[in-house]
Amino acid sequence: MRYANASARQGVDRILFLGPATLLLFSFFVLPVVVDIGIAFTDMSRNLKVSGVTVENVERMFGGDSRLASVMLVTLGYVLGTLAIFNVTYGLLLALMTTSLPDRMGAFFRAIWFLPRMSPSVVYALLWGWVVAPTDYGLLNQTIGAFGISPLDLKSSAPMLVIILANGFIGASFGMIIFTSAIRSIPQHLFHAARVDGAGGLAIVWHITLPAIRWQLSFVTIYQALALLVSFEYIWLITNGGPFYDTTVYALYVYRRAFENGQYAYGAALSLGLVAVGTIVSLVLWRFFDMKALLQRPRIEVS
Amino acid sequence: MAKIELRGVAKRWGEVTAVEPTGLTIGDGEFVAILGPSGCGKSTTLFMLAGIYTPSDGDILFDGQRVNDVEARDRNVGIVFQSYALYPNMTVRDNILFPLRFKNVDKAAAARRAEDAARLVQVHELMDRRPGQLSGGQQQRVALARALIKEPQLLLLDEPLSNLDASLRLTMRSEIRALQRKLGVTTLLVTHDQIEATTMADRVICMSRGRIEQVGTADDLYHRPNSIFVAGFIGSPPINLLSCGISAGTMEVGQAKLRATGGEGACVLGVRPESVILGDGPFRGRVGDLEPHGRETIYHLETPLGPVRALEAGAKSRFRVGDELSFALSSTLVFDARSTRRIDGAGAQTPA
Repeated sequence: MRYANASARQGVDRILFLGPATLLLFSFFVLPVVVDIGIAFTDMSRNLKVSGVTVENVERMFGGDSRLASVMLVTLGYVLGTLAIFNVTYGLLLALMTTSLPDRMGAFFRAIWFLPRMSPSVVYALLWGWVVAPTDYGLLNQTIGAFGISPLDLKSSAPMLVIILANGFIGASFGMIIFTSAIRSIPQHLFHAARVDGAGGLAIVWHITLPAIRWQLSFVTIYQALALLVSFEYIWLITNGGPFYDTTVYALYVYRRAFENGQYAYGAALSLGLVAVGTIVSLVLWRFFDMKALLQRPRIEVS
Repeated sequence: MAKIELRGVAKRWGEVTAVEPTGLTIGDGEFVAILGPSGCGKSTTLFMLAGIYTPSDGDILFDGQRVNDVEARDRNVGIVFQSYALYPNMTVRDNILFPLRFKNVDKAAAARRAEDAARLVQVHELMDRRPGQLSGGQQQRVALARALIKEPQLLLLDEPLSNLDASLRLTMRSEIRALQRKLGVTTLLVTHDQIEATTMADRVICMSRGRIEQVGTADDLYHRPNSIFVAGFIGSPPINLLSCGISAGTMEVGQAKLRATGGEGACVLGVRPESVILGDGPFRGRVGDLEPHGRETIYHLETPLGPVRALEAGAKSRFRVGDELSFALSSTLVFDARSTRRIDGAGAQTPA
């Protein structure tokens, strides 16, 4: 009797512990995906009417949509640019520099670089709007105006630069935090040994620091590549994807097709495409960085 | 090789003084050990010599040249860390070669020197392994090879043996000692292990709380300790230290009165456990406890002088717990209780 009770109790426990999370996961991840797949193969538009099942949307993606190729190109430029310049390289530079400063000063600079991430995205985007405002009163134009340079309209002349800067200033802090803690966890005596062995600052970074934080470098690259691939709110808020489609990245394109043009079904199909692209990118990067080996436990424990 | 001098060298971290102003000379080719408990400033001293820390005060001289402002990488010192500090992503070969990367040594010559250094410490068959695949002893040897490959003018050993197991420690002790003799490199060993210090080094510097307590040979430190600290730190089992008072040639210690040669006022009587000769003598005691150690036995005696540890050689223990026995004192040390300094020539072996 006691045993029967115990197993019943176990069942109840399972439901109690796993239930809420499963429910959330199901209603906000699984269900939308199923609905999305369903809609992708219909002709649903703004009036939400479905007249039948069709593969038209998929066909349109693979040939019918002349804009899609340039959107993909914009996405590639945006993701690679932001990732390479800011999220990884600049984040690493910030981590290296702030960890070599005295503790308090380092923390101070890290806090400053963390501010963009802590501010609400709409406020942050508005600030960028003011910075690059084409009038004489934009922060950038005021600054260069002091040197006698005539006002620039970056949002129309270099829109890609603007969105990379705006996203990069936020993105850099993620890498910075991860790399900082990784660098901090490298045993001090390795740096001491390298200094005694004759290594200068750059040689120490190259031979000691970088190999030690390889895992974190790979992780930040993969994670941020995926995050950048699906994020569009800052672009939407700063440039509206414009001028024309010049800064419309894939995720934003999905949004514009679905909610600007009311092509719900085509938007659903496009977002399926984004899932496919994301999966491929992460698999390729996983392979490239040999994450499997990095995630394995060391075969021999080092004291 | 170089002669190393410290002149009034001190290190402070904010309010905390890690090393008090210290003067010290290490002769060319000499093997010196700094011995002291953890936190005594011995590693800080070593790191100052390596150029990892900058002294707050004083001068460090290599062969008469002031090197305070010379970077660690330009001092040409080799260092072996307690944790070995091998570069985990490099093979043994690359680890040993690492110091030569930053010197103008051509590839073939560098490879030859790495081979020689590896052979010297017998790791030449492990060249393609990574540190994670080596045992503690092997890692230690690789660290030695890496420290020696650039032919340093000063070799610094920071607790190099404390991560090894007991039997390996014994072999490495004599190996490092032999290697140092062979190469004639000026060497500074930092350790908290008195056996390591006394067996390996020509001279031992005993440090406590950032201050040098005594410099001398193992024999000096053991038989002629300057202070209560040195007497208590050197020797295992430790010396018996008994508070006493001396007036007019009579020492009062516990309930006993001894005839004292030298000393006056509040003192401390120091008796090495092996100086307590059991079986016959003017003092009476009772065995409170005993520890058989195989070759020797340590007795904890209850005596009129107070509790006394005695050491007797021999495979078999002659006495049992509860036995009453007589004993004599063969030699004693007397320290001034206030200054903690030893009073030269003072002693008390016989009852008054």
